[in-house]
Amino acid sequence: MAVFASLADKLQETFKKLRGKGKLTEADVTAAMREIRLALLEADVNFKVVKDFINRVKERAVGQEVMQSLTPGQQVVKIVHEELTALMGGGESKINWASQPPTVIMLAGLQGAGKTTTAAKLARLAQNQGRRPLLVAADVYRPAAIKQLQVLSEQLKIPVFSMGEGSSPVDIARAAVEHARTHGSNPVILDTAGRLHINETMMAELAAIKEAVRPQEILLVVDAMTGQDAVQVASTFHQQLGLTGVILTKLDGDTRGGAALSIRAVTGCPIKFIGMGEKTEALETFHPDRLASRILGMGDVLSLIEKAQANLDVERAKELQKKIRQQEFTLEDFLEQMKQMKKMGPLEEILNMLPGAGKMKQLKDLQIDPKEMIRTEAIIQSMTPAERRNPAIINGSRKRRIAAGSGTRVQDVNRLLRQFEDARKLIHMFSEGGGKKRPKGRIPFPF
Amino acid sequence: MSLFSKLKEGLNKTRENLTRRVGALLAGSSRLDDDFFDELEEILLTADVGAQTSMELVERLRREVKDRKITDPVAVGSLLREEVARMLGEEVPRLGWAPSPPTVILVVGVNGAGKTTTIGKLAYRLGREGNKVLLAAADTFRAAAGEQLAIWAERAGAGLIRHQAGADPAAVVYDAIQSARNRRADVVLVDTAGRLQTKTNLMEELKKVRRVIERELPGAPHEVLLVLDATTGQNALSQAKLFHEATGVTGIALTKLDGTAKGGVVLAIAAEMGIPVKLVGLGEGLDDLKEFQPRDFAAALFSGLAGEKEE
Repeated sequence: MAVFASLADKLQETFKKLRGKGKLTEADVTAAMREIRLALLEADVNFKVVKDFINRVKERAVGQEVMQSLTPGQQVVKIVHEELTALMGGGESKINWASQPPTVIMLAGLQGAGKTTTAAKLARLAQNQGRRPLLVAADVYRPAAIKQLQVLSEQLKIPVFSMGEGSSPVDIARAAVEHARTHGSNPVILDTAGRLHINETMMAELAAIKEAVRPQEILLVVDAMTGQDAVQVASTFHQQLGLTGVILTKLDGDTRGGAALSIRAVTGCPIKFIGMGEKTEALETFHPDRLASRILGMGDVLSLIEKAQANLDVERAKELQKKIRQQEFTLEDFLEQMKQMKKMGPLEEILNMLPGAGKMKQLKDLQIDPKEMIRTEAIIQSMTPAERRNPAIINGSRKRRIAAGSGTRVQDVNRLLRQFEDARKLIHMFSEGGGKKRPKGRIPFPF
Repeated sequence: MSLFSKLKEGLNKTRENLTRRVGALLAGSSRLDDDFFDELEEILLTADVGAQTSMELVERLRREVKDRKITDPVAVGSLLREEVARMLGEEVPRLGWAPSPPTVILVVGVNGAGKTTTIGKLAYRLGREGNKVLLAAADTFRAAAGEQLAIWAERAGAGLIRHQAGADPAAVVYDAIQSARNRRADVVLVDTAGRLQTKTNLMEELKKVRRVIERELPGAPHEVLLVLDATTGQNALSQAKLFHEATGVTGIALTKLDGTAKGGVVLAIAAEMGIPVKLVGLGEGLDDLKEFQPRDFAAALFSGLAGEKEE
């Protein structure tokens, strides 16, 4: 797997051999295309889609742009990235709202794709936009599917419409829309049972629901980890239902998500949202360029920056910087800094967004145990404000008190104090511009 | 219905496509040239075998063809079957079993792979073989996961240990093992919450579940099953690797093989990690879980080749 860690590096390597030749031949480009082909296949892009794609890229690559470039590897990657982005559809896609409410959104897909979780996420999104969504439990087959939706809707305080397992999904859908009309609910989100695209009876049922309630949106929910079969699944659903869009789930893992490209290529349907976690708020807008980077193993710097911007308090960060410069960094700031980082989400998720970071072994050491973080927080919070500002006053008896107050041991308190001291020294060194004195090894992370 | 025909039925739609292509390829080619092998590689790629494993497999075939001086494309079909069966292990793999009861089987996997359904079917199957089965609902996270398992327990006639939602999964497992001893259960099936393999804290939670099992019952778990959706592409390798690191996977249950997905990635997993497939899921019915037969699997994938006789 690691062979294809970074396409850009690989391509640069391929082209390095050609330096000094003056001109790239078609054979050189073919070699480069082979690397791209492998990278795309490894990312689960469908075989046929890869073939077409390569042909298009090749046409552009043999042209002037690459030939005259000093960094042909980078140039080719740029072309590939552009083409990928274009193929996945330029901008972001939004929900089509009905001119006459309620808007009906129907979810469909294979078993285990994540329809029920996605239904709850969509409802929450609508709720946050000030709408009054209605969730509809139309999966009468899977054991406890209705219950699952009920539990989720309870958590979100969003009403759920259910007629139990005894009614047909078509009747449920029809009655739900009627219910929404009389109660002013909008949108209506239909959670249907997972089914195989080759199961004719089950596919006919979806067509009947469509006929009965005429949804504005029919969204295919697809697991981002899907392999070559994504093409068959998506095209069959599309042929029989006329999809309006796709939701890609489970993108918070380490899958490259090449299925997205395949689906887009065969159905032409836009990818409207991506699922980024199990929590109901983890539904995000789809950005083609970012997924293009991901498919190529180039990391997702934009998402990282956005995440930082959304979660970090700029004023506080500035204040912290000032303190660091004036060497007034205290345990209180240490705690503050930790809280800010926590808001950005699990560190490994952040690392995954960095180009190449996902593959770097050294970074594994940086993975943080959230429990350790809670412990650190508890220790600092068990200190008096005076102790936090001036840790030097913490003597043996104070340490015992802090340990007892935070439910930890004195050793834990000692370790934290040591780490804080290290961090302070390091900060001191950096702020003095002592670049030369920078210690080898990794930065002593406080948790 | 014999296992082979059931598997074949399940793989039918899968196979049709693949076999038709292999068949057409073999029939249409008069020479074993580069084009022939390129196309063979394509067919494997389309089955999710993965770029690296496909290339290696084709390379090996190419060598064999040369060594054995094979000139007939049809003969390549049986070679291919042989090679695939060999990679998957010739023997029919058995589930790990305790010398004296209870046997503990830990079931892990990503979200939506089909863990709960597989456990339901496995419970039914083991029960029919005369075992007293106890299910441990250690998925305390996902909404209504416990309820879903309860329905399966009822269908399969198995006992169930369940705590309230949000409880510590390790505590559920602890209870289940104590209870298995008291009730003299033969086998405990532990259902865990689905988790993406990159979520470090959730994988730590799983390690803890395993530690509790080990502590409470030396020698256990006797089997750690990774449930893998056959629709999954190359990410399955990362799943196998990371779940193995955390829990010591001893076998794979390959689910949803009744669709059109080929599940070819198990070849790559077998080649890279040596983890065997032990069970296959072929539908949502109680009866739709079968033992994995490497030879049948390989045969079903490539049967119908020109010149190949069906077994």
